[in-house]
Amino acid sequence: MPGPGKMKGIARPQNGKKTFLRLLSYLTEHPVMLTCAFVALAFSASASVLGTYMLKPLFNSIAEMFQSGVTSMRPLLGTVLTLVAIYLCGAAGTFVSNFLLMRLSTGILEKVRVQMFTKMQRLPLRYFDSRTHGEIMSLYSNDTDTLRETLSNSLPQLLTSTITLIGVFGMMLVLSPLLTLLVVVVFFLMMLIIKNIGSKSSKYFKARQEALAQANGYAEELLEGQREVKVFCREDASVTRFAELSENLRFASTQAMTYAMILMPIMGNLSYVLYAACAAAGAGLTIAGMMDIGTIAAYLQYTKQFSNPVTMISQQFSGILNSLAGAERIFNLIDAEPETDEGDIEIAYVVKHEDGSLTENETFTGEWAWKVPQEDGSFRLEEVHGDVRFTNVFFAYTEGHDVLKDITMWAKPGQKLAFVGSTGAGKTTITNLINRFYDIRSGEVTLDGYDIRRFRKDALRRSMAMVLQDTHLFTGTVRENIRYGRLDATDEEIVEAAKLANAHNFIRHLPQGYDTVLTADGTNLSQGQRQLIAIARAAVSDAAILILDEATSSIDTRTEALIEKGMDRLMKGRTVFVIAHRLSTVRNANAIIVLENGKIIERGDHDDLLEQKGKYYQLYTGMFELN
Amino acid sequence: MLKKLFPFVKGYRLTSILSPVVITVEVVLEVFIPLLMADIIDVGIPAGDFGYVLKKGGLMIVMCLGALVAGALAARLAIYSSNGAAKNLRMSVFEKIQSFSFKNTDKYSTASLLTRLTNDITNIQSCFQMLLRMLTRSPMMLIMATVFAIRISPQLSMILFLAIPFLGLTMFLLARAAFPRFERMLKQYDGMNARTQETLIAIRVVKAFVRGDYETERFEDSAAALKKAQRAAESLMIVSSPVMQLTVYSCIIAAIWIGGGHVLNGTLTSGALMSFITYITQILMSLMMMTFAFINFVISSASAKRICEVLDEVPAIRDNDAATELLPEDGSVEFRDVSFSYSDNPENPTLEHISLSVRSGEVIGIVGGSGSGKTTLVQLIPRLYDVLSGSVLVGGHDVRDYKTDNLRAAIGMVLQKNVLFSGTIRENLLWGKADATQEEIDAACRAACAYDFIQSFPDKYETDLGQGGVNVSGGQKQRLCIARALIKQPKVLILDDSTSACDTATDANIRRAFREELAGTTKIIIAQRVASVMDADRIVVLDDGKIDAIGTHAELLETNEIYREIYSSQQKGVA
Repeated sequence: MPGPGKMKGIARPQNGKKTFLRLLSYLTEHPVMLTCAFVALAFSASASVLGTYMLKPLFNSIAEMFQSGVTSMRPLLGTVLTLVAIYLCGAAGTFVSNFLLMRLSTGILEKVRVQMFTKMQRLPLRYFDSRTHGEIMSLYSNDTDTLRETLSNSLPQLLTSTITLIGVFGMMLVLSPLLTLLVVVVFFLMMLIIKNIGSKSSKYFKARQEALAQANGYAEELLEGQREVKVFCREDASVTRFAELSENLRFASTQAMTYAMILMPIMGNLSYVLYAACAAAGAGLTIAGMMDIGTIAAYLQYTKQFSNPVTMISQQFSGILNSLAGAERIFNLIDAEPETDEGDIEIAYVVKHEDGSLTENETFTGEWAWKVPQEDGSFRLEEVHGDVRFTNVFFAYTEGHDVLKDITMWAKPGQKLAFVGSTGAGKTTITNLINRFYDIRSGEVTLDGYDIRRFRKDALRRSMAMVLQDTHLFTGTVRENIRYGRLDATDEEIVEAAKLANAHNFIRHLPQGYDTVLTADGTNLSQGQRQLIAIARAAVSDAAILILDEATSSIDTRTEALIEKGMDRLMKGRTVFVIAHRLSTVRNANAIIVLENGKIIERGDHDDLLEQKGKYYQLYTGMFELN
Repeated sequence: MLKKLFPFVKGYRLTSILSPVVITVEVVLEVFIPLLMADIIDVGIPAGDFGYVLKKGGLMIVMCLGALVAGALAARLAIYSSNGAAKNLRMSVFEKIQSFSFKNTDKYSTASLLTRLTNDITNIQSCFQMLLRMLTRSPMMLIMATVFAIRISPQLSMILFLAIPFLGLTMFLLARAAFPRFERMLKQYDGMNARTQETLIAIRVVKAFVRGDYETERFEDSAAALKKAQRAAESLMIVSSPVMQLTVYSCIIAAIWIGGGHVLNGTLTSGALMSFITYITQILMSLMMMTFAFINFVISSASAKRICEVLDEVPAIRDNDAATELLPEDGSVEFRDVSFSYSDNPENPTLEHISLSVRSGEVIGIVGGSGSGKTTLVQLIPRLYDVLSGSVLVGGHDVRDYKTDNLRAAIGMVLQKNVLFSGTIRENLLWGKADATQEEIDAACRAACAYDFIQSFPDKYETDLGQGGVNVSGGQKQRLCIARALIKQPKVLILDDSTSACDTATDANIRRAFREELAGTTKIIIAQRVASVMDADRIVVLDDGKIDAIGTHAELLETNEIYREIYSSQQKGVA
């Protein structure tokens, strides 16, 4: 039921080794810090191992001194002080390694986040078309979270545990090879249990993830469609369905977590079994004269230190695998192919002199020019006119399925070109080719005489302003949202643009006027008001080319009539591409292009097309056939 | 808050109680083990008694195995109970949300409700599980091990009485200082993710305006701020483990120094000293665990608060106690001096003194500017909101006298922002009427001009729509939504600007079908295009929450300025 992005089982990385090495490379960028952290970690782990070993001489000496009637601990001061020193080193090591790892991991995390975001901004739209928002967002939340957990927790613990385990085992061997035989037996028992439980648990965890994704996916969809649920009285039906999904989730979750959670008490108590067995066996050996009391004391402490790292390693291991899968996804984003940009023509603000010559200007002037690189390395300034031509253009979103077929059309500077056609005819696609959201398959698109691929994408897009049907506004003030069109716009220019779009009036009436904060999805404004702000945003950018994709679809015709003058002023002197369902808004276009199935079937101005009595005529008169 | 959440243990109460009991068994067994060990060393070794060592050793192993079984069982019980309680809670929250009226829903965003239903409940579940396990195990362990330690040597135990308050207080202070810092960090984190999501959704805008670098700079700032907040929070937490280590180590050293002296002058045995050291570790570890449980508890109390907020929300619209199984007799609709305000504030009304009577079977068009109250007006008919004053009548009775299910079953409504659900076209259409026949489905789709395009899909009615109906175009989506409403065979049909994405020809066809096939149904149509309503029996012109005029197309053209203005704006250039 939920979309593909929602299903996320316990993933295993496809190339764990490569991902792991890459992850390490982030760490090794700070060699000094990393080395210090490792040394400190080793210190802390060895200290706890060594400290325990010190119990042997201490207890043996106490026993001997007791035998020989010494009643003061004085002679042992040196040994105790050694222990103090070891323990102090250990605690200091823990602190230093914790501190360094915290600095390292937070720093790496910041770096990874910025790398991800920077890359995301450079990716072609195709990337976003093929992924859900949830999928990409989970890179920023879930996957980065697990990465953080791994870097600051799992990896260090794995390291500490390994050092401890080896140290403890070595010490046990030194203290008593015989007792260590017992330890090995219990160790294999532990491994067996871990392996068994681990495989069971990962199976159930997969089921749990699926159940969770289903329940959450269902809830999300229903919550988004809450209004439909009310209107269709589907409350009971949806509760029933959700009850089923919840029960599935409860069952799967109980199973999965049981296997994960019983590991701890089992391992903990197995270590007590070991403790007990060693105590008894050790005592037997001591009686037999093959061991001393100090050895038992130290050995018993070791048995307690032994099981912890075993459990830790087994737990961290699956955690690390899981986070490697996340890291792999993150790296996939960072490595994704960015938008190709082979262009070299830049755009600049210019001052136009009386003699027609142009000089570049730092700040906004209202005049734009292309900076065309010359062979000698200099730039020639050429005024931006907005002359767009398509010649035999073919385009496909997916190979083999041409969405646009053999499109040839042109818009001279200052002309208004309208696209008409049913949904899916390819209207929006054409506008998406002008600003190179997508690249054409064959044919040619030129702007002011140059192939659009010769422009730097940034420059190309800065010469155009877009108003889309889905008006996306950002959390922030109204002013900030309008300024998005041109960051260096003054407050006056913003008000001017808002007036042009007829948005000034309602903005003034908002609680804080231009400083009213819009919520994320802009729910505190009507759809029409949001479109007016989007139009103001386009107006403030003052670009030579204007693309209006259903820009006024949510504005009622009365308001549209009111902003018409503003729109006329906005369009004046610009090349305009308009897509509109409402034919009334395209009537005064210089040329209307009627599209069907990706082909141009009619073109001409309003009167021509009505005379042709073709598709446009049908569409247009469709409005009135009920009269 | 706890009291409010406690009832959700229902059905899992026994296991919830059993779990701590079993854990107690585990703890008791575990605490006895070091004591037996001391016996072996102090009695068995000096006496050289193999039998004694074997007996005590065997007993120890049996006890350990007992503890193992008890521990595993307790874990299973805790998980069973906590998952069960989580399920109950999840269901209650979901049910509660389903009972919300539009007014309640307006208060929360979908995302915030979803977080409550997912993350918050998971938090509470793991907290509850922790509570069942840690909060019994650790205090029990702490108390019992302390008692045993005191039994071994009251004097030596003084070390513990210094260490426990020290460690407890340090941990408490650390946690208290860290909590607000973690809160700040989470806030930064949420803010950063919210902006990222926005740029993701609006990626076309970002690209069209070439704001990639601008967004990246902003992101860099917030990522840096997040790092700072994170470091501030964690720099406190990284102190905890060295402090813990230092405390344990100091205790061990003190125990050896002082206890060693006691051994030397014969007041303590070596074995007892060894078990004392084991108890020290047990006690301090339990204390540490308790702090973690406490921190976890504090964190999830924020989740509990958010969930209680939803559970406490009172549905704004509930069936009148006196509501009977009354059904609307016909499709007549009447507004009697209706005023309405979203904020319940008579000073700020969205609708003012609306009076309008619609005969059953009449076609009413509603036009007016954005914000004139068109949508608000029609939402009062199926009682999606309650009026502030006046009354709305459907089928001759006040809408508040019906059970809402009965009322809404008689009204088909196509919302402005319509939603389809994942699943096939058929599944979506059946929302209108679960037991609709194929003929009924076909008829509704034909009337909504959806039949042809559905047939053009390879899988026809079984075409999977994908989440949110992503696999169909905007116009097709609207037509499916209309068909879904028609399948209900409603007495009143409300279309809230529902054909805006359809081309004019389709729009006209839909209206023709309405006129011919749904003659008996009252139709209330909100439209931007005058053409969509000009053939209505009467057209209502709304302006700023008031009815400006009512009349036929011809009448309004003559008498109403607003209507004329709207009409002429759409007719310019047409002879």
